[in-house]
Amino acid sequence: MRKLLLPTPGHSLLLFVVWLLLNKSVSPGHILLGALLAILIPLLTNRLRNPHPGIRRPVKALLYLFRVLGDILVANLQVARLIIRPHMALRPSFVEVPLDISGDLPITVLASTITLTPGTVSADVSDDRSRLLLHVLHLEDEEELISTIKTRYEKPLKEIFAC
Amino acid sequence: MPFWIELIVSLFLLVGGVFVLLGSVGLARLPDFYTRLHAPTKATTLGVGCLLIGSMVLSTWSSGSLSIYEVLITIFLLITAPVSAHMLAKSGLHHRLEHAKQTGHPELIEEPLHKE
Repeated sequence: MRKLLLPTPGHSLLLFVVWLLLNKSVSPGHILLGALLAILIPLLTNRLRNPHPGIRRPVKALLYLFRVLGDILVANLQVARLIIRPHMALRPSFVEVPLDISGDLPITVLASTITLTPGTVSADVSDDRSRLLLHVLHLEDEEELISTIKTRYEKPLKEIFAC
Repeated sequence: MPFWIELIVSLFLLVGGVFVLLGSVGLARLPDFYTRLHAPTKATTLGVGCLLIGSMVLSTWSSGSLSIYEVLITIFLLITAPVSAHMLAKSGLHHRLEHAKQTGHPELIEEPLHKE
């Protein structure tokens, strides 16, 4: 019964808390509405979920989050500089990164990180999930870029998800 | 409102505004579809981030309690921005949109990653 009504309790709790935070209120009406949404939304979306590995190393995950936030700051400054430079000097490029991690969630997190950080957007992933295609705004050293992605982002993700 | 709060808020608004402006300039100036993807996904995250911090400082001051909306908005923004950029890039590849002449490794998108 509990499994039927609350297939993902963590997800429900998150929805409930976010609802109350967004409304900045703990009045009975909002608690009722929040609880209703927290039950209904996971029921509706549960069939869309794939089983995926959970986070094994929460402390590492938090450190990873701060590292990415710092890199986003640097990325913004770099891209801003590239935008105002003369465009003749721009060397955009496609780059393929071989993937060592597996699983849809870890690859999604890696691809999103790459999109949010310095001058790179992840564009596609191969059918067998072994290669990630990126577009780079200004490529200086391909080897260095690939090794940075692998050591700075992929390695910690591999440890966080243990995949 | 004391002067220093006004100063902090307007500083964040200014910096945020500059980055949002740069994102739009990039959208207009960059040579092709793929390079244009970079401007709004990057310059805007920091731009909107700064505007939200400014808003957070202001509403925390005026309501007297920590304002948490902006943190939520930032989290949603950081989760959704790469997804939309990824979908745009993927559909651009699918439609074989032209890329700038100087783009390196054009052969990578000729060889399909998906078997038909």
